[in-house]
Amino acid sequence: MMASGYSTKEEDGHITVSGPGGGALRGKKPENTAFKQQRLPAWQPILTAGTVLPAFFIIGLIFIPIGIGLYVTSNNIKEFEIDYTGVNMSSPCFNCSQNFSWNSTRPCTCSIPFYLDQPYENNVFMYYGLSNFYQNHRRYVKSRDDSQLNGDLQSLKTPSKECEPYAEHDNKPIAPCGAIANSMFNDTLELFYNDPNGTKVPIPLTATGIAWWTDKHVKFRNPGENANLTAVFQGTMKPVNWRKPVYELDSDPQNNGFINEDFIVWMRTAALPTFRKLYRIIHKKNNMVPTLPRGNYTLEVVYNYPVRSFEGRKRMILSTISWMGGKNPFLGIAYITVGSVCFFLGVVLLIIHHKYGNRNNSADISN
Amino acid sequence: MLLFLLDLIRLLGGDERRVDSRTIYVGHRSGSTNEAINPPKFCDNRIVSSKYTVWNFLPKNLFEQFRRIANFYFLIIFLVQVIVDTPTSPVTSGLPLFFVITVTAIKQGYEDWLRHKADNEVNKYPVTVLEDGSRIRKESEKIKVGDVVEVDEDETFPCDLILLQSSRDDGTCYVTTASLDGESNHKTHYTVPDAERDLESLNATIECEQPQPDLYKFVGRMHIYTNNQEPAVRSLGPENLLLKGATLKNTQKICGVAVYTGMETKMALNYQGKSQKRSAVEKSINAFLLVYLCILVSKALVCTTLKYVWQSKPGQDEPWYNEKTDTEKNIPLVMLTDFLSFMVLFNFIIPVSMYVTVEMQKFLGSFFITWDKDFFDPEIQEGALVNTSDLNEELGQVEYVFTDKTGTLTQNNMEFIECCIDGFQYKYQDASSELDGFCVTDGPLNKLQQKAGREREELFLRALCLCHTVQMPSPPQEQRGFIASSPDEVALVKGAMRYGFTFLGLESKNMKILNRNNDVEMYELLHVLSFDPVRRRMSVIVRSRAGDTLLFCKGADSSIFPRVRQEEVERIRMHVERNATEGYRTLCVAYKHLSEEEYRQAEEGLKEARLALQDREEKLMAVYNQVETGMSLIGATAVEDRLQEEAAETMEALQGAGIKVWVLTGDKMETAKSTCYACRLFQRHTELLELTVRTLEDGGRRREERLHDLLIEYHKKAVQDAPSVKAANQDYGFIIDGATLSMVLNSSSESNSSRYKNLFLQICFNCTAVLCCRMAPLQKAQIVKMVKNSKGSPITLSIGDGANDVSMILEAHVGIGIKGKEGRQAVRNSDYAIPKLKHLKKLLLAHGHLYYVRIAHLVQYFFYKNLCFILPQFLYQFFCGYSQQPLYDAAYLTMYNICFTSMPILAYSLLEQHICLEVLLDNAILYREIAKNAMLRWGPFLYWTLLGVFHGLLFFFGVRYLFSNPALQDNGQVFGNWSYGTIVFTVLVFTVTLKLALDTRHWTWVNHFVIWGSLAFYVFFSFFWGGIIWPFLRQQRLYFVFANMLSSVSAWLVIILLILLSLLPEILLVVFRKPRGPRARQVELRETHTHLDSLSLSLTLCLSCSHFSLLFMFSMYSKCHDRLSIYFGLFCFLVPPKDSSFLLILPTIHVFPSEMKYICGM
Repeated sequence: MMASGYSTKEEDGHITVSGPGGGALRGKKPENTAFKQQRLPAWQPILTAGTVLPAFFIIGLIFIPIGIGLYVTSNNIKEFEIDYTGVNMSSPCFNCSQNFSWNSTRPCTCSIPFYLDQPYENNVFMYYGLSNFYQNHRRYVKSRDDSQLNGDLQSLKTPSKECEPYAEHDNKPIAPCGAIANSMFNDTLELFYNDPNGTKVPIPLTATGIAWWTDKHVKFRNPGENANLTAVFQGTMKPVNWRKPVYELDSDPQNNGFINEDFIVWMRTAALPTFRKLYRIIHKKNNMVPTLPRGNYTLEVVYNYPVRSFEGRKRMILSTISWMGGKNPFLGIAYITVGSVCFFLGVVLLIIHHKYGNRNNSADISN
Repeated sequence: MLLFLLDLIRLLGGDERRVDSRTIYVGHRSGSTNEAINPPKFCDNRIVSSKYTVWNFLPKNLFEQFRRIANFYFLIIFLVQVIVDTPTSPVTSGLPLFFVITVTAIKQGYEDWLRHKADNEVNKYPVTVLEDGSRIRKESEKIKVGDVVEVDEDETFPCDLILLQSSRDDGTCYVTTASLDGESNHKTHYTVPDAERDLESLNATIECEQPQPDLYKFVGRMHIYTNNQEPAVRSLGPENLLLKGATLKNTQKICGVAVYTGMETKMALNYQGKSQKRSAVEKSINAFLLVYLCILVSKALVCTTLKYVWQSKPGQDEPWYNEKTDTEKNIPLVMLTDFLSFMVLFNFIIPVSMYVTVEMQKFLGSFFITWDKDFFDPEIQEGALVNTSDLNEELGQVEYVFTDKTGTLTQNNMEFIECCIDGFQYKYQDASSELDGFCVTDGPLNKLQQKAGREREELFLRALCLCHTVQMPSPPQEQRGFIASSPDEVALVKGAMRYGFTFLGLESKNMKILNRNNDVEMYELLHVLSFDPVRRRMSVIVRSRAGDTLLFCKGADSSIFPRVRQEEVERIRMHVERNATEGYRTLCVAYKHLSEEEYRQAEEGLKEARLALQDREEKLMAVYNQVETGMSLIGATAVEDRLQEEAAETMEALQGAGIKVWVLTGDKMETAKSTCYACRLFQRHTELLELTVRTLEDGGRRREERLHDLLIEYHKKAVQDAPSVKAANQDYGFIIDGATLSMVLNSSSESNSSRYKNLFLQICFNCTAVLCCRMAPLQKAQIVKMVKNSKGSPITLSIGDGANDVSMILEAHVGIGIKGKEGRQAVRNSDYAIPKLKHLKKLLLAHGHLYYVRIAHLVQYFFYKNLCFILPQFLYQFFCGYSQQPLYDAAYLTMYNICFTSMPILAYSLLEQHICLEVLLDNAILYREIAKNAMLRWGPFLYWTLLGVFHGLLFFFGVRYLFSNPALQDNGQVFGNWSYGTIVFTVLVFTVTLKLALDTRHWTWVNHFVIWGSLAFYVFFSFFWGGIIWPFLRQQRLYFVFANMLSSVSAWLVIILLILLSLLPEILLVVFRKPRGPRARQVELRETHTHLDSLSLSLTLCLSCSHFSLLFMFSMYSKCHDRLSIYFGLFCFLVPPKDSSFLLILPTIHVFPSEMKYICGM
């Protein structure tokens, strides 16, 4: 390409450029700079067994303790999981799951008893988990309008095309539009501690602090500055599958409308088809009593969310949290394995190096 | 009707006439008065070298660019993205494509603008045209064929002109053709003999051939009409033609008539772009591309198929929470659309940026050649020249070097050494130079003191003074500089000067000689029978004052001996042969008295031949041959052509590098052979296999039979017995000459021909050096072509300095021109030009080696980094319902190849020196390590591909298992899919950059800057991109995702772990790879192979062991999590190495869930 380009230039014999940089240098001695002569000062690392072997041991020595630490931390995290989908006849929620209808006015409730064999110290985090729910489906992920959620009045009235087929209903714009918002998880979960003396003590659940701070305060905003939400949302429709409009999600004005944290959490689409989302936080009361003492509990579910049509599952998870997040033995195992492999390789290499490397040593030294 | 037919006939007739000649009316005056002026149409004098105009630039340039297959592919991808609803926005592939297209268009537009400017400069140049007696200033482009143009001193000729009038008295003018062929000497051109002095009344037509590109050929005829007399006819040759582009020198003013204009000038016809050479690396890239294209298509196919399998289950395709729109439900050709969407999603596996980077690497990289001060030659004040940057890496792959002898291996700086007159040797005493190397003394040195008769001596020296075409520079300069087309002639004239005969110059056809008695002798130069390579001799016919007509002839012995009396030959032959073996160039000198009758015959013959329009060459040749017979031999000369500086060292280095050197020369065998010895191409112990006319005639049998026998014999010797021979350290040299070569190639029977060719090639391949002498330029190219197309298609390189090497320079994979003394044609047609032969060593061993390693690594790395970039995205499809959901954000998809990972590899591919320059130059053997495209064969490609797959799997599944519990922050909050992608992407960017850092053996500040800079830029960009609500984005997907990721300890830990784990095998390999240091290399070369073998075996086992345990780790994790039954292999009983044998025992154990639970500690 280049050659032909340049050679045509020479046709007229007037231009002396005859190659990349060639002509300019004709008759001039090339500059004797380190860069042009490819003699820039350079560090030339030579990795040999001698330099890498200690690295292996160091990696091993660092990784194994970290791994053990992670593993122990993960094991110390208490986690309780209960599936309340109601697939089996014996399940308390079986009826609710069988008789599901979007139009039913009377909510179906079921209560599942369970037993915690360990007391849960510190704050306990309550998650709901869904399985076989493709929140990461492309059609689903893009079905939202972030400028609407950011409080843009224009977008409130004319939702983005991406929201189709959940953008308009009865010729009125849907707010919040899109498939994600439309399918928001709307089961209500309540926990009761069954006192040994027979009373059911409701456990206070906090619904704030479950979404990313930046999402709650910057990314999501209600339309209209401090105006009456009901008035602002006038002229829009609630999402088809919702039972109540977005401005009635919570009585607390700081947790209502688009900045409702349950809503924000739902709107952050999960990475995998089996996922969990933070639902409520059970704050520690005082240091004397465990947050959730050992004993019998009841999970009261207002069963609104149908999953059986796509073979889905619903779970409720109670978990404590450590500095590394929720319970996950993977990191610990991985660190221990890699650390041990490194250490083991180090040993093997050392043996090989000592057995065979005598002749090789001279090469290393000369470097 | 009849009229129409007549027209048709005239048209046809006119066409016919156009084919062989054209008629030009000088000054647009018709030849005879009764003939109507019907000037034929010729093209105007506009030179158009530009490709585009303002109007057609955009469409034409775009069309040209999209004709490249890669650009077209990206355009298709872009269009698919625009038309079909695809996961990534058209911007992701449109932006890079737009960038590439724009940059290329700007570059080409700029070049074209330069061409326009140059064209305009030429086309608008004011010229003076004589029209009806007045001088009119015109723009150059308005010149028409037949115009009489006036040109002043130091001006360039605006078109091809026939010289009519010169301001010099002798009807000559001097021109230099420096811009045409680079020869800066002044050439003499002659006016048309006896042409009318008065141009205004000149009434003439010129009949000449149609334009043709050969600069040195022109035949024409001029008819001069004077007052109804019979028109006088003059022959026109190249000496009458002034070429466009040449410059008038030493002559005040000339007038000429335009014969060829504009695009029909010889210059314009000549320099059409030469055919493009493609490098072997480019072929490898294309092969790899094909593989990746297959991977891409199969990925898309797999995903499409699985998508439909997945959808067939009820409730999967359209669950209540994720319904399709009406348009989505009614997409026509849904399968095809899905397939195309997957193609688009994975298309990053074939990166547009690779083409940009490769082009940039080649273009920028070639600057290092022109910048190299070692290539600077103080003598000619020039450095190396790069005419094409496409072949840089080919310099590292050369297997055969074809070199010219004269001017390439030797200096082409002729020095008169000795002469022999009637068998008596005359050696000039001052000659102190000695030929290094081979020297034979068998001549009758005892005759040194004896002298031939004075009369013969003077005749010989007069012959030397007269028989040449040397010119004196027109203002005679102080230093006795001569201008000649051949340096031999200058050497001979200077040699004669030493013995007292000085050539004073040529004045109006009279040659002046200052003889020993300081008398001036005058000879009238009647004819020059010029030199040509077929006759291999030249002659002059002169008339002395006394009225004797003499013919002096000099030429190669083989061409002179048959034309002189045989008894004279024997006395001289011995000298000639001895001189030839000493490496001197020999010429024999003969003369002949021409009687009046003979001269008249000769003159008539010459005149007739020169006027011929067709076959003029052949006719002239016949006359020459007829005249140059029956001469008597006077003596012979020996001229030394010294070896180039460091020629021997260079050749030795090339041979050490495993490159086979073939010398292709037009010179005679003895001279060439001695040069080969001097260059150490042939060693003392080299057994020479000779296949020349001489050996063929030895046996006294038919040549064909003898050829057959010899070929078989040599083949047996060199090929069949080769294994045993190699042990004895015997090498062979092969010598063949042109005549025999043509016998080998064009044997009478077809079957023999191919068989001989095979035998010949096989013998040649087993010889360390091959010498082909007496080669015609075309034969040189033939040989190159033969080797180039032989089995394994080895990479060939031709190096030469003269016009006769152009054909082989163009034929070879890489053509190198030497900026020698024989003009610039070789340089113009070469790919690289260097001032001296010695520079070839550095060009190949250092630059070539480095370029190859750099670009090979660049190509492999690019494929690797895009494979591990796209593989996680592919794997993600299995977890998102095959919905084409991209794993990474669009910004990352676009920026990955453009910003995050492009600069480190570019810096690497420009600056890497895995072995430093000095070591490469000192150890030629290192060149063999990269021979045969070693780094771009399927083995390394497979390694890089597997590495990419390994990394891709690791990145994806590492994060996948981390995300089995997405609550990764210490406040219990969860991460979503964009966090997933960002973690994978962070690991990816760091890993591929650090992988390159591991491969970098030469860390300059630039490398540090771009590697750490790229990583810092990535982090900075991610913060920035995620830190702002971008108003132009429809979705704020990455808002604070990166910052939140960094606030999670688990994310940090998994990133560190995965980077380290990906690089672990790499580090291990690096340890066991041959250490690369200046001294380690030498030490290591001495090491036994068994040691390395055992090491590498144990390494393989270690690696496999570590990989098994990783696999184990992952599967253990996944299994115990899913609480499924387990079927497992436990392994790794590695027995320490003993006698290089290992035992790997892989017992299979059933582990039951309960036990597994125990292992997991649950």
